[in-house]
Amino acid sequence: MVTVLDQARAWSAAAAVPDPEVPCVTVSELGILRWVDVQNGVAVAGVSPTYSGCPAVLAIEMAIEAALREAGFEPRIERLLSPPWTTDWITAEGREKLRAYGIAPPAGPSGKGALFSDPVVPCPQCGAVTTEKISEFGSTACKAQYRCTTCAEPFDYFKCI
Amino acid sequence: MTHLALIELADDHLILGHRLSEWCGHAPMLEEDLALPNMALDLIGTARTLYDHAATLEGAGRSEDDLAFLRVEREYRNLLLVERPNGDFAQTMLRQLYFAAFMAPFWHAATKSTDDVVRGVAGKASKEMAYHIRHAGEWVIRLGDGTEDSAVRMADAVDELHRFTGELFESSDEARLAEAAGILPERARIRPAWDATLTDVFGQAALEVPEVYPQTGGRAGLHGECLGHMLAEMQYLQRAYPGATW
Repeated sequence: MVTVLDQARAWSAAAAVPDPEVPCVTVSELGILRWVDVQNGVAVAGVSPTYSGCPAVLAIEMAIEAALREAGFEPRIERLLSPPWTTDWITAEGREKLRAYGIAPPAGPSGKGALFSDPVVPCPQCGAVTTEKISEFGSTACKAQYRCTTCAEPFDYFKCI
Repeated sequence: MTHLALIELADDHLILGHRLSEWCGHAPMLEEDLALPNMALDLIGTARTLYDHAATLEGAGRSEDDLAFLRVEREYRNLLLVERPNGDFAQTMLRQLYFAAFMAPFWHAATKSTDDVVRGVAGKASKEMAYHIRHAGEWVIRLGDGTEDSAVRMADAVDELHRFTGELFESSDEARLAEAAGILPERARIRPAWDATLTDVFGQAALEVPEVYPQTGGRAGLHGECLGHMLAEMQYLQRAYPGATW
């Protein structure tokens, strides 16, 4: 029998899993974990990968499975390609945690401006808007490299997609 | 026979992804050393999903790994463009621009595919390819309209690679079937968008489009010698230790 309690317990177990690359935020705050559905003791987690080739996808799926097993469920992962993950799914809380961690959260909504226009990215250290792009590609697929010309700190920017 | 059309497309992405990964540790600056493998990952990720889907549709018990590691060059159906050796940085950037300028509108059109998995791949890949165009386009402009040396190298890259671009717009018999079924967009229809990107970038880069005799054959498994060398390295482990996993 499935109770509302089971659903809630399975969700909180999976939702608390931290992102392996950016451990300050959880997979639910990043919008990677879409839903968890419990049927007959089997907990199915819908997971939306960020980038096609993100090497963390497998690690994330294994961590979610482990968390669900720990909570007493038989885990199963459903990888969701459509609709594609977007930075719009990062929660307000997630954005704040990214900033506190030193990563500038995505500036504005996705969809427009990927081509030939640079967004204004405030520095996560000092808050100044006088920042410049060093490279569109950073330490992971989802980040770009920026530097602040006010406090002179380099930082990662979680780019809009 | 949809799986064969998907394998062609997956081959394009895997082979170009592997070529880009060869730059890892050798790029002219740290930022590019991060950028090129990042783009390689995008391409290989796209290839994996397509191989996996093709293997499922084929229903012959093959896996994505079998398709990538256990086929010889005559069985690979990738475009000749993507297998071309990296050459210098100018050649790598131009090859990337040629490919991304095609794939961005192709994947955008494929977001209306009748196939769920293709639609899913297309949604992600069209966004990623927009970044690839921008990155490669900026470099082609900077080098083409740069120093005397960089301009010569970029013009040489055009001379070397332009003859391989015609094949982008040709559909194999298998692709034509998938196009008729609404699974993949018609390749010939991508031409205007590709031309527009190239005209824009070449104009800013002060580069001329040369008259070339088009080179084709990749879709029929007729490749340059360079592909065999690349597969020898890429497939070494599975050939030496069949079934090895880690």
